Amino acid sequence: MEFLTAHGPALLFYLFAAMALGSAVLVVTMRNPMYGALSLLVSFLSVAVLFFLRNAEFVAVVQIFVYGGGIMVLFLFVIMLINLHRLHEVRMFAQSAPLGILVGVLLVALFVFSFVGVGFGPALATPENMVSVEGQAAGNSEAVAWLLYRQYLLPFEVASVFLLVAMVGAVILGRRN
Amino acid sequence: MANYIPILVFVLVAIGFLIVSLMAARIFRHGGKGGTNADPYECGNEADSLAHDHRFSIRYYLIAVLFVIFDVETIFLFPWAVMFDRLALFGFIEMMVFLAILVVGYVYVWNRGALDWA
Amino acid sequence: MTAIPIRDFLLLAPEIFLAVAGMAMLVAGSYGRDNGGNGHRGCSVCAVAALAMTGGLVFWLQGGREVPEVILSGMFVLDGYAFFWKILLLIAATLTIFLSERFVAEGGYRPGEYYALILFATTGMLLMVSGFNLLSIWISLELMALSSYILAGYFKHQLKSTEAALKYFVLGALSSGILLYGVSLLYGATGTLELAGLSDALSLAVAAGDGQVLVALGWLLLAMGLFFKVAVVPFHVWTPDVYVGAPTPITSFLAIASKAASFAVLVRIFYQGLAFLTPDWQWLTAALATITMIWGNLAALTQKNVKRMLAYSSIAHAGYVLIGVLTATEDGQWAVLFYLAAYTFITAGAFGTVVLLERRAYAGETYEDYAGLARRAPFLAASMMIFLLALTGIPPTGGFVGKIYLFAAAVEAGWVWVAVVGVLTSAISLYYYMGLIVQMYLKDAEDTTPEPLYAPGLLATVGLCAVITVLLGLLPGPLIELAKGSLLPLP
Repeated sequence: MEFLTAHGPALLFYLFAAMALGSAVLVVTMRNPMYGALSLLVSFLSVAVLFFLRNAEFVAVVQIFVYGGGIMVLFLFVIMLINLHRLHEVRMFAQSAPLGILVGVLLVALFVFSFVGVGFGPALATPENMVSVEGQAAGNSEAVAWLLYRQYLLPFEVASVFLLVAMVGAVILGRRN
Repeated sequence: MANYIPILVFVLVAIGFLIVSLMAARIFRHGGKGGTNADPYECGNEADSLAHDHRFSIRYYLIAVLFVIFDVETIFLFPWAVMFDRLALFGFIEMMVFLAILVVGYVYVWNRGALDWA
Repeated sequence: MTAIPIRDFLLLAPEIFLAVAGMAMLVAGSYGRDNGGNGHRGCSVCAVAALAMTGGLVFWLQGGREVPEVILSGMFVLDGYAFFWKILLLIAATLTIFLSERFVAEGGYRPGEYYALILFATTGMLLMVSGFNLLSIWISLELMALSSYILAGYFKHQLKSTEAALKYFVLGALSSGILLYGVSLLYGATGTLELAGLSDALSLAVAAGDGQVLVALGWLLLAMGLFFKVAVVPFHVWTPDVYVGAPTPITSFLAIASKAASFAVLVRIFYQGLAFLTPDWQWLTAALATITMIWGNLAALTQKNVKRMLAYSSIAHAGYVLIGVLTATEDGQWAVLFYLAAYTFITAGAFGTVVLLERRAYAGETYEDYAGLARRAPFLAASMMIFLLALTGIPPTGGFVGKIYLFAAAVEAGWVWVAVVGVLTSAISLYYYMGLIVQMYLKDAEDTTPEPLYAPGLLATVGLCAVITVLLGLLPGPLIELAKGSLLPLP
């Protein structure tokens, strides 16, 4: 029990990080797109747990809502729109796949090599910032709101125009004339 | 962190329930896979073709994209709601501007007939 | 920040006005059934009026500042540098609308939403060049990019245009992700996103030891994202296909406005945010500038399609502009401003000529389509010749003056070899620009050669661009003075 209380968060981190990575690999290797989509969902939810573990509860809930909900719906619609019968005849990987794997492995190696043992500077050194408002303890959503709606007010309103343009684009490109 | 232990327990129970019920089904069901078991169930009628032989309208996708956009929009309402009193009038005006811009988008989508199904 | 910062919003009025104008146009244009391109003239007049009024507001509220002012809790800066770019971007957007008239009318598109998208993209650009926080810069950049993806795919029934939009979108989203990842690493290392304090925070992080890796990876990824946006080799692969597939007025918009705004942001981030890393990014930029000038010009040599040739030419010119960026001197910086301003008019004119020779099915794109143009349309041929000479860098044009100052600044700052590559590749470029001039003046037209369209508005725009190109060559003084008054502090 002592071991669990001391190392619980770390154990959970490794468990869910492994789940996120494993299911991400399944997304690209599964031949049946339905299974691929479900693996993607597992990956999204595992990442949400990782956010929870870092006290970023708001981002975790966004991850579940937007990715687990909205983005998954989009994926299922695409699977519905494409012709699944023909999929068995399609090559799973292009000829350049070995090269891609090589580049991927090298990139992972670079990042692992770079980040192992590196302390993440001031931003992560004070995680209590994520659950406080003006020095007083508060929920993560409150902390996000305090920053987003005051200091980051301009990007917030620009995001709204951005979503408007996204709507226009969906209508223009998605509607037949 | 301790707040999440009930949720963790809940997740474990859910996983356990899945395993138990699937195992129980495996033990008690009779007959094997395949045959008519694999056919799609169409309210007692025999399916005359597969769903993928038909082409679906791109409109389904358009609706899904619009859903995601409004989904993202509602996300912004949550932190605002929990801090509503401290953000005060300033926060209220700010959110109304945000929503007004999206209402413009809604009016546009409506006028363009992207929500009509006929 | 307890009170509502009303003054800050007043100072933001130009951007707010432009966004509201775009929304008004969007809603007004969405009423009624498909109107097959009717009312395009009214819409384009409204759009130009909105841009002009925005320009007036920029002059009134944001102009004439000796000392930079940072507003909206560090998100937005008002300085001479941003002012210069805003005026240039508004002019570029106006030229695009002049070039678009025919495309919207003939294509039967709803004019309201087309012009609204241009206004939204321009809003994003105005916010970008004033952005003083990496997050506000990023979201404004995305606003510009998303509008551009949609505009590039406007020929929905042309496979080429759809392909262009798709490629642009996929690679653009990837590069935005890379850029944002770089920003997040820098934030991890320093705990700040504000350009003002970023450089000092970076030096602290590097001095602390642990931060070195984060800072190195962070700024490299950030720079990669920016280099993609300005289309520099080897991040240019999207450019030729997108430039060819997009409707020509939009190609022009991407080549002048998008590129200028992205360069404005790149210089601001390098000079102000990454000042501490100046030698590092100077070397990276020098390497990329060299590869870009060589590759862009060599690839342009083999093109048979005029739009594709102009795409590679645009890549090559991004390389020339990088020469000015990498000097990190005042001379280099104003040469960049001058060059991009001149390039705006040159390129808008060149694409305007392509628009005049175009038919719906993408005619007016091969070199042969320009055969005998001097006899059939002497005015148009003469204008196009001026643009091509300016792109090569031959006097008396603005392109010549711009290139001279860029190379001179590089030599002065000790980057002689980069300037030498610039001169040599300019000589190479003479070959493919001359090829088109030869077609226009020395070859005879055949029966299949498309007749240039008679469109007074478009012709006037092309003529105006030609006049300005020559004027900038003969009397560059005023623009140089303006550019010299709009500099960022050196890193």
